[in-house]
Amino acid sequence: MTQRVLEFRVNEETHRVLTSDHTTLLDLLRVDLGLTGTKHGCDLGECGSCTVLLDGRPVLSCLLLAPQVDGRVVTTIEGLAENGRPHPLQTAFAELGAAQCGYCTPGMIVTSKALLDATPQPTTHQIQVALAGNLCRCTGYSKILDAVHLAASRSGS
Amino acid sequence: MTSGHSVVGRPLPRVDAMEQVTGRLRYADDLTLPGTLVGRQLRSTQAHALITRIDTSRAENLPGVKAVITGADLPISYGILPVSQDENALALHRVRHIGDPVAAVAAIDAETAEKALDLIDVLYQPLEPVVTIEEALGEDRPLIHGEGTGKNVHRVAALEFGDVDAGMAEADHIREDVYFFRGNTHAALETHSAMADYDADHRLRLWSSTQVPHYLHRALEKVLEMPAGRIRVIATPSGGGFGGKTDPFSHEIVAAKLSMLTGRPVKITLSREEVFYAHRGRHPVLMWVKTGFLRDGRITAMHFKTFLDGGAYGSYGVASLYYTGALQTSTYRIPNYRFEGVRVFTNKPACGPKRGHGTPQPRFALESQMDKAAEDLGLDPVEIRLRNLVQPFSMTVNHLRITSCGLSECMAKVREASNFSESHGRLPFGRGVGFAVGAYMSGAGLPIYWNDMPQSEVQIKVDRGGGVSVYSMAADVGQGSTSMLATVVAECLGLEPADLAMVTADTDLTPVDLGSYSSRVTFMAGNAALQAGTKIRNRVMQAVADKLEVDPADLVAKAGRIVVRGDPDSGMAWAEAVRTAIASVGPLIESGSYRAPDLAGPYKGAGVGISPAYSYSACVALVSCDGETGQVDVERVWLAHDIGKAINPLLVEGQIEGGVYMGLGEALFEEHSFRGALHRGPSLLDYKIPTALEMPPVETYLIESIDPEGPFGAKEVGQGPLLPVIPAIANAVYDALGVRIDEVPITPDKIVAALRDKSRGGSGRFGPETVPEYQFPPVVRVEPPAGFVAP
Repeated sequence: MTQRVLEFRVNEETHRVLTSDHTTLLDLLRVDLGLTGTKHGCDLGECGSCTVLLDGRPVLSCLLLAPQVDGRVVTTIEGLAENGRPHPLQTAFAELGAAQCGYCTPGMIVTSKALLDATPQPTTHQIQVALAGNLCRCTGYSKILDAVHLAASRSGS
Repeated sequence: MTSGHSVVGRPLPRVDAMEQVTGRLRYADDLTLPGTLVGRQLRSTQAHALITRIDTSRAENLPGVKAVITGADLPISYGILPVSQDENALALHRVRHIGDPVAAVAAIDAETAEKALDLIDVLYQPLEPVVTIEEALGEDRPLIHGEGTGKNVHRVAALEFGDVDAGMAEADHIREDVYFFRGNTHAALETHSAMADYDADHRLRLWSSTQVPHYLHRALEKVLEMPAGRIRVIATPSGGGFGGKTDPFSHEIVAAKLSMLTGRPVKITLSREEVFYAHRGRHPVLMWVKTGFLRDGRITAMHFKTFLDGGAYGSYGVASLYYTGALQTSTYRIPNYRFEGVRVFTNKPACGPKRGHGTPQPRFALESQMDKAAEDLGLDPVEIRLRNLVQPFSMTVNHLRITSCGLSECMAKVREASNFSESHGRLPFGRGVGFAVGAYMSGAGLPIYWNDMPQSEVQIKVDRGGGVSVYSMAADVGQGSTSMLATVVAECLGLEPADLAMVTADTDLTPVDLGSYSSRVTFMAGNAALQAGTKIRNRVMQAVADKLEVDPADLVAKAGRIVVRGDPDSGMAWAEAVRTAIASVGPLIESGSYRAPDLAGPYKGAGVGISPAYSYSACVALVSCDGETGQVDVERVWLAHDIGKAINPLLVEGQIEGGVYMGLGEALFEEHSFRGALHRGPSLLDYKIPTALEMPPVETYLIESIDPEGPFGAKEVGQGPLLPVIPAIANAVYDALGVRIDEVPITPDKIVAALRDKSRGGSGRFGPETVPEYQFPPVVRVEPPAGFVAP
C-alpha cells in the first residue's frame, strides 16, 4: 500500500494530507477533510452526486484517485459562497424548490456553476446536456432547470 | 392569500432549503463520532441454500477488526408487519436470495472491514431456487419458508362484493385482458446508512436514513431485547425514500449489535449494489381482468386477479397483496366486484412498498382496459370514464368511504388543456395522446400494528422569548413534511414557517408519528399540528384578551402580533403575548393528536385501502414513437391533481413533477431484472433512470376540493400523481402506433415485436397470454355497504 503526502487547495485552503494512492478524491474530501457536502451515491461514476470542480471543471470525485489532485485546485459545494454570501445558484435552487431530498443538490449546483462559468446564458437544452450526468430522483428536473435559468438571469443583470 | 390564510397556500421555500443547497444538511453517512468504526456485511452468493458452516476465525484475527457476528448473534426474527416476522438480521441456517446478509464485521476502517469479509468462510448446501411466479405455484420446488417442497404461497385473498356473475350477465360487452407489470425499484440517490452508538450507561442511539423511526424503534426493542426506553432512534434527513426505507433493515440492527459488542460507534453505509439487494421495490404483478360493460360504457361487474412475485420475505407483502385489489373502486362505481390475489415467495430480493404501493400495477391494467373498452364501444376515452365516475361523499362497493373528490374537475382540466379529445385518434402515425386517471389514500386508515392510540402526535413548546418549538416524529424524506408542519403551526400563530424551531423524527424527543409512508403525514401529522397550534393560540389569545379587556373572539394572530381584528396596530407583539400568557396560566406547552375514524368494512382485509380521504389525479401524455426502432419520446405531460388544499403549492407542484418523472421511468424502461435469481445489473449504469434529457415539460394543475377532514382541507400528493402516468403513456403509445403493449416497461423491443405482429396480420398486441391455473379458495362474500348506490 503506497502512501504519500499530497498538497492541494480545497475551497481556497491549502491541505497537506498523508494518503494511500488508491484513496478516492471523494473519500479524501469526506473522510480526511470532513467536507461531507459532497455526496456518495453510486460508487461507480453513474449518478453525479459526488461532483466537484477540479481546476474549475466538473469531475466525479468517486472516480479520481488522490494522486491525481496533487498540486491542483478543488472546489466543493462548501466553497461556493463568496464573502459569506451564497452563490446565486444556491439561492435560486432554494427559492424555486429545486431541492426536495437535497441529496443530488450539491452535485447539481457544482455542475451548474461550471456550466454558467463557461456559458453565462445557457439555453434549456444546454442545461439539460450539462446536467445529464447528474441524476435526481425527486424533482423531475424541471425546477432545477428553472433555478439554473434564474441564477443565470440574475448573474447577467 | 386566498380564503384568509396568511401562510397556508403560499409557495414558500422549504424551511431547510439553505441547509440543503449549501451542503450543510447532514445525512446519515455524513455523521461521525470520535472512534467510529466501519461496519460491513457479508452477503450470500447463493440464491437458495442451507448454511452448513461459517468460520469467522480468520476475520477475527485480522488486525484492526473489532467484532465479527453471524446469525447466531441475532437469533430473533422481525419484519415490518406483525404477521410477517420472517426476517433475520443475518441469515440463520438458510439464505433466501443472492445478497442476503450472512455475517458482519466492525473494523477501524473500510479497507480492513472489507478485507475481513473476504476472510469469513461460509459453506453452503445449495437448494433449488424458485425464481418465477409459475415455479412458486408449482408443487415440486423447495419451500423458501418451511421444510420440504410445495407451493411457495405467502398469502391469498379472495373477496366478492355484490354479485359478479349477475353483473356479468347484465353486460352487453365483456372484456378479458391479461397484463404484466414487471418490478422496479426506488433508486433513491442516498444509499441506506445507519450509525449506532451504545454508551457506557447501556443506552443505544441509532441514526438512520429511515422513513419510519417508530417502527424501527419497535424492531430494535424486539431483536436486541432491550427496553424501548433505552433505545433512541433518530431519523436523519433522508436522501430520498419513495418507500425504500420503510422496513426495519438488517444493517440498522447489525450496526446496533456491533456497537453493543465493541462499545464504540459503528456506521454502516450500503453500497449501491447492496441497495439493490435490500430492495423492497415494486412487486412484479401478473393480472387478469374481466369487466362487463353496458352499451353506454357503464361497468356492470369486474373480476380482478393478481399474482404478485414477492421475493424472499414478507415485508409489507400482505398489505401489498390487498392493495392490488383495493383501489379499483375508488375512481369508478363498480357495482359488483370480485378480487382474487396471491403473493408468492421467490429467491430474489424482497419486494415491498414503492410510491403507490401495490396500486400502480392494477391501475395500469384498469386504465388500459378502459381505453380498450371505449374503443370497442365507440366512446371517447374520457367519456367512458365520466360515465363510471365515483361520486363525492359516497361509499364504494368494497366499503371505502369517499369524501371530497375533484376527479371530474381534474379530468376536465387536462382534457381541455391538452386538447385531448380533438387530438385522440387524429394525430399522424407515430404521434399519440393517452388519458388515464388515478386515486390514492391520504394515509392508511389503520396503523401497522393493532392499537387504539393516535396515529400522530405533535407537541408545541413556546419559549419566553416567543420562540416556538414544534416536536413531531414525522420523518422528512424530501417531500417537505417538516415545512408542512411549520406552515400549519405558523398559520395558527400568525408567524412565518421559517421562524419556528422544528424538532423531528427523534424517539427520545418527539411524540409518536407512525412515519412517512402511505401518504399519511400531511393529513395526520398536519391535523395533529393544527390541533396543538390551535390550543397554543387559544391560550395566548385568552391571556391577551384578559389583559386588553376584549373578547378573545375579536383577536387575530397575524404578522407576528396578536391584534384586534381590523386594527393591525392594536394588541401586542407575539413575544409579549407569550410572556403575558405564561405569567397568567403557566408554561405554554400543548399537544395535539390525530387518529383516523374507524372506517374498516366488515371483512378480513378491509383494513387495506381505507383512508380518511382520497386524492385524485388525471393525466394526459403526448408521445412520439419511432415506428422502426420502437423508441418512445414523451413530448409533454398534463397532470391535474385534487390536493384538497395546497398548504404549500411550490412543494405540491414538486411532488407532482417528481411523480410524473418516476412514472415515466417505470413506464418506459425501469425494470428490476434477473437472469435466473441473479440481478442483471445492480448499479445505476444498468438500472437506468431518466436524466434531465428524458424529462418532458410537465403542466401541472392543482384542484382544491377542500376536504372536510383534512388540515385546512388538504389531502395527499406524494404518491397519487404517479398512478395515471404509466397507463396514460401506454394508451398514448397505442394511439400513436396502433399496438397495445400490455406489459410494463414499454420498451422498444416490445413495440417492434408488436408492430411486426401487426404487419403480419396479428392483433399488434404484446403481453402475457394467460395467468397460471391456480385454484383460489372460495371467495368471501361481502354485502355492499348500506347506502351503496349502483350507477
